[in-house]
Parts: sequence; C-alpha cells; structure tokens
Amino acid sequence: MRDMPGRPSRRGFLKGSAAGVAIASLAGAVKAQAPEKEAPPPLDQYERVYFNEAEWAFVMAACDRLIPSGGNGPGAIDCRVPVFIDRQLAGNFGKAATWYMQGPFDPAANPTLGFQSPLTPAEIYRQAIPVFQDWCSQTHGDRFENLEAAKQDAALTSLQKGEVGLAPELRDFFQFLLANTKEGYFADPSYGGNHDMQAWVYVGFPGARGAFTSWPGRENARYPLGPVAINGDRA
Amino acid sequence: MATRTDPKKDVVIIGLGWTGAIMGMELANEGLEILALERGDDRSTVPDFQYPNIFDELKYAVRYDLMQKPVNSTLTVRHNTAETALPYRHLGSFLPGDGVGGAGVHWNGQNWRPQAVEYRLRSYVEETFGADIIPENMQLQDWGVTAEELEPHMTKFESVAGIAGKAGNINGEIQEGGNPFEAPRSAEYPMPPLKNTWDSELFAEAARKMGYHPFPRPAANASIQYTNDYGMQLGPCNYCGYCERFGCNNYSKSSPQVCILDALKRKPNFSYMTRSEVLKIEKAADGKTATGVTYFDEKTGEEVFQPADLVLVCAYSLHNVHLLLLSEIGEPYNPDTGEGVVGRNYSYQMTGGTSLWFRDKVFNPFVGTGAGGMSIDDFSMSQIDFGKEGFIGGSYITAGHTGGRPIQQMALPPGTPAWGAGWKEAVGEWYGHSLSIGSHGSNMAYRDTCLDLDPTYKDRHGRPLMRMTFDWKDNDIRMTQFMKARIEEIAETLNPDAMASGYKGDGAQYDVRPYQSTHNVGGAIMGTDPKTSAINRYLQSWDCHNVWVMGASAFPQNIQYNPTGAVGGLAYWALEALRKDYLPNPRPLM
Repeated sequence: MRDMPGRPSRRGFLKGSAAGVAIASLAGAVKAQAPEKEAPPPLDQYERVYFNEAEWAFVMAACDRLIPSGGNGPGAIDCRVPVFIDRQLAGNFGKAATWYMQGPFDPAANPTLGFQSPLTPAEIYRQAIPVFQDWCSQTHGDRFENLEAAKQDAALTSLQKGEVGLAPELRDFFQFLLANTKEGYFADPSYGGNHDMQAWVYVGFPGARGAFTSWPGRENARYPLGPVAINGDRA
Repeated sequence: MATRTDPKKDVVIIGLGWTGAIMGMELANEGLEILALERGDDRSTVPDFQYPNIFDELKYAVRYDLMQKPVNSTLTVRHNTAETALPYRHLGSFLPGDGVGGAGVHWNGQNWRPQAVEYRLRSYVEETFGADIIPENMQLQDWGVTAEELEPHMTKFESVAGIAGKAGNINGEIQEGGNPFEAPRSAEYPMPPLKNTWDSELFAEAARKMGYHPFPRPAANASIQYTNDYGMQLGPCNYCGYCERFGCNNYSKSSPQVCILDALKRKPNFSYMTRSEVLKIEKAADGKTATGVTYFDEKTGEEVFQPADLVLVCAYSLHNVHLLLLSEIGEPYNPDTGEGVVGRNYSYQMTGGTSLWFRDKVFNPFVGTGAGGMSIDDFSMSQIDFGKEGFIGGSYITAGHTGGRPIQQMALPPGTPAWGAGWKEAVGEWYGHSLSIGSHGSNMAYRDTCLDLDPTYKDRHGRPLMRMTFDWKDNDIRMTQFMKARIEEIAETLNPDAMASGYKGDGAQYDVRPYQSTHNVGGAIMGTDPKTSAINRYLQSWDCHNVWVMGASAFPQNIQYNPTGAVGGLAYWALEALRKDYLPNPRPLM
C-alpha cells in the first residue's frame, strides 16, 4: 500500500500505535508531499505485547549474538528483530493456534517424530528463559545479558547443544529462538523486523517486486533494483 | 447423527482440488446435479493470491497459511509397528493443502507422466530381472492400467492444465531436445518450454558433455498466453519466484482456480459448499453401495446428511484413505497379517540434492518459477539395471532456481556456522551464488508401510486420527546413494568453490521435521485383484460400486516423478469409464 500525498501515513499509523504514540498527533505530522517515515521508538521504549522486562533483556541480548551488529551487514538489533519475536509470540505462532495440541504428550519422544511438547512456543520461551538464566549464573557467574560477548556465545552454544538442563518439553527453545531471529531478519518489515529492509538490501533480495520476465537466462548480471516491501516502501 | 438432510444430488464430490474440479466439470457437462463439499475456505486468485500481499514468505511459506491446519486435521506417525505413533502436531515433512483448489494452489507445478515400466513395475521386474531380486516384504504391484491406455487422458489433463515443455517421444519418434526416455505421447506439449535460468543451463551443459540427455522440466507454469479446453485463460509467467507454498497472482501457474473453477462455478447444475468437512460416507443396508455422505457444516454447526447416487472421493491422498477407514468401505489393511486393502502400500518420495557454490557467479535466484529448469532421465527406472545395481527404483535429476526467498532458500556452504558473525558474513557473501542439483526418486511400498486408525488420538470431531507407519528401507537408500554418486560426478565438472550433498544414508530414520515432499501416495491403491487393491483399474471401490476414489492414494508404490500429472490423467481415465460404462448401467465394473 502506497501512502497517498496529503493522506495520513498508514505505515506511520501502525508504527505509532505500536509505540504507544498518540494517533491524533501523527496524522497532522505527515507532510503533504513526500511523506516522511516516522522513526520507530528505540527498542528500550518499544511497547511490548508479550515479553516482560526480564525476557526482553534476554531476547535483546541473545538476538545481538545470534546476528551481531558490526562487520558487513546489519545485525538483529539494527533490524529490530526482537520486536518481530515479541509480536510473533503474542500471535498465532506463539499460541500454537493452528497446531494439534491434544494429549497425551510425550515430550521426550524420538525427536524425528517432531514437536511433542504440551507447551506453546510462547510458553516455551517463558519457561525456558529463567532456566537458562539460572544456568548462566551458575556456570558463567551472571545473567546472560550481563556476560561478555565470548561467554554469551559459549552459553548459547551450550543451549544449542542441549547442555543447560532444559526439561524435554522445553527442548525446542533454542531452535525456536534461532529460527524466529532469522525470520525477523528476513521477513517483510510489516512484521516488525527487517527494519528498513536492511537485511534484504544486504543480501540483494528484491522483496515483493515479483516480476522478472526479462531476467531468466542472464549470465552473471546482477539485478539492479533495490527491494520493495508489501506496503510499497522502497529501501 | 445428522440433524439435517438435504435434497438428494446425483453426485457428491468430497474435496474441491484438482480431481474434484475435473470430475465436477466433466460430470456437470453430462447434465448431472452435483454438489462439491470442501472442508477449507473458498479461495480465488483475487483477492486471495493478489499482488503484492501474496509475496509474503513468512505468512505463506513459513507459517503455512494456505495449508491444512493440524488443529483441524492431522495424523499420527511412527517408524514401525512396534513404536507408539505420535501426532504430526505442526507441519514439516509434508504440507497437505486445504481450501478450494487444495494442494493444486501451492504446488510448484512440475507435471510429469510416469514411465511405461512404472505402471507394470512388478511384471517388468519379474520379466526382466526375475522375482528373486524383489526384497522380502517389498509389495511391488502393477497398476492394472498401461501407459498406452492412459495416454489420451494424460494428454487431456496437460491440455486443460496448460503444460509447458518439449516432447521427447511423439508416437515412437524420438524428438531432439525432449526426454527420449518418456513413454510415447500423441502430441507436443500445449506450450513451449519456459525460459531457462542460468543455473539450469550450466547443469544441462555439464550433463550434455557427459553424454546425458537434458530436457526442460514439464511445467504447469505458462510460458505463453493460453486458453484451455474450458475457455480458461492463462497468462505468461513472469518468473516471480513464488510458486511453491503460494497461490499464483498472475494466472500463470495452473491450478483448479485458473484452469477450471471459474468456468465450473457458472454451471447451474454445479454447486459447492466450503467449511464443510465430510465425516463419513454412508452405506446402504446391504453394504454394497453408498447412500451419500454426512458432513459437518461449520457455518451452521450442523451435521448434514447429503444423499447422492454417486460419491466421488477427491480429497488429498491421505484424507481419502482416512475417510474410507472411518466409513468402513473396504477391509482395513493389517500389516501383521498382510490382509486387508485400505491403508495398504503407503509410500513417499526419495529425494536428495547436491548444492554448489561459486564465488564469481551471480544467479539472482529470486528469478525463478516452480517448474522451470532442466532435467535428465538417464537414471530413471527404465534405464537402470536393477539386478546389477541392487535396488529397484530410479530418479530424475534436475536443476533450476524456483525462488530465492531468504528465510527458507538461503543455501550456505558447508562449515558455515548456524548463527553469529560467521553466519551473517556468509549470507552476505553467498546469497545468490549457489545452484543445486536435485534427485527426485521413487519410493517402494513394503508390508509395514501403511495407514490405519490411531488407537489414542482423536480429531476435533472425536474421530480417530489416521496413523502412518513409515520408515526408509535399504532398497531406497541404495537408490538415492546411486543418484548421489551420479550427481556428484556431474557437479564436479562445474568446478564449484564449495559443494555439499544431502542424501539419506544407511540407518536414516524418517524425520517428520524438515520439509521433504508432499508426494504422499498409496493407501487406497488401484489394481486388478480385490485382495491386494482397494479400488479397481477405473478407481472404483471394489466394495461400494458407486464410490470412486481419485488421487495419488491410488498409486501402488511411488513413481520417480511428481504425482500431479498422473493424478490428473487418472481422473480423466476414470471419467471415461464412468461416463461410457458406469452411468448408463451402475454396477461393479470388470
């Protein structure tokens, strides 16, 4: 959806409401010609829809190690990935709304038989984070977000390898965390991550352009156009 | 129990995907009164697949918006009959569709015909290599129909769906540039092949140099503008890269919507109901015919009895079998005794692939179409000496970018970390620099690969879930390892900077988590012996002659190809028998 000149920016509206900014003040703030993008609130002022403060501190720190800033390309924090995860957990994914969740459950079953926890993804985050935090405190001497980067990486590696004592019904926690982080990095920005399509720009993915009729068969020719989002924004 | 009984119809169709739409169209043309019942939502190109909303990888590809929701319907899975089956709680390995159009909405569009030997696989193996090479417990069976008999019906489906390709064998004459190993066909494809992507050209060139016979993949993605037999128009594909898991916004990918439904919906003697899940096919007192179906009307919350003279089971293959089991039509298969027919010979698909990375090659992988690309059939069933190689089966080998979606189609070289600075460097360095050569192959059915009713888990209507018993077997692992060796030979001639192979190896267990294939087949198989098949060679139930079962549930073992071409061809084959032989005189055929 393209914003029409002189009309309130829908994109700004959505971001503004998520940030808890008064809607009425926003409409007037949009300029008549090229609508300016409203800067989203800093992550520490973002109004969460699922995570509590302690969970948010962990997810912010974890995302920052799973896809760090610095070097080439944006990091998960630059792309506002924690916002994406927060919204996903508040929505159908977090609630396992489309999954078969009837018992009996056998969460310790052979992993090749797939997800068998009685807990939803949102519940798994909620119950696993404190267990992991306790493990970090006992093993590395502090909560995850307070550790130096190398220790955070070591702790995440232990989590990935199943070495932190999570109960079987929580064993998919790391896989959810990693998958959700990458989803938030590369999904359409409307879900709260991939801020300004930075991850698409970085890898060279053109987003929702969806028409490449003259391009099949071209050899070693780099597609020249930058990405477009579903709402019509261009990076 | 039904709280409502509706006026009788001539025909009730269960499921409005490809086969439901085909049967509806052709029988509506016969003047019959038809009702189709679809348990999912209604879906149309506009608004459901329209630009730009459909270009949403998270919603459609990752969160499966167009697929079946396990909360409404799923099954349980176990590896062998000694294990306790557990529910397939969220999707992974396979993705049944629901809603109008079914899986015909979200397929990639690879539309193949089986090889002639595949329809008579048991006979071919016995005649050519001797019955001794058939492994114990492998339940090889003939289909009861031949490539020659099916040919006009395959041609009809390709004409309706609008398939792009290059014939390799027209009436026995080998055609340059086509697949020389295909069964003879009566005509060229309706449309010329799609434009090739560079990766598939590189593969084809390498294969050609090795003496193989590359040809364009037969594609249900329109290469030109086209009007089909029903007056439906397809527009040329614009290579958007969003076929698999998506509906087509461009009227280019063949689907029931694009090819049939808008014409069918205009027929006064055809109607359809969505959110209407059939709970049971009802049988007459003598058990020899069906009287109609009972379905749950989600819009009114009622159970409805819909009387009909003819019941066409046209749901997804797994659901066809589930419904027959719940309706007690045909004796349930028992893997311990090997007796019974419904649930017998479930099989899957054996796939593998080798990815290649090139630092100095830019592929723009988002420029793609679901079925474009090049293939070779030099290691297909008819070309392999089963006796010498020690397995029964075969694969086509293929390359071609179908899309470059960054969440799910990000191929990274071996050794790349799964996260952290190394992962981030790698996605920047390698996105768009890889090609993949895939093996898509057969999978045999065995005594214990089967479907029955689960003793523990129930669906939302209180009915038992269906239970799948399946694991990989040595024969099929040998087949895929053979393909790995052939593909790696081709791949190495391309001198990649990095290469990685993924094929099932010794001891591989079936894993429901990673996506593998939605080509679940068997369970209500066709044949000429009622002791070993649930339906006859015309897809008519042996037990209830007015119940006909369409779809890949009819395959006695899996073919080496994507199943839709054969599913469409079988539907038109069944229709001919229905129209010419059954409707004038309803009875068990043969």
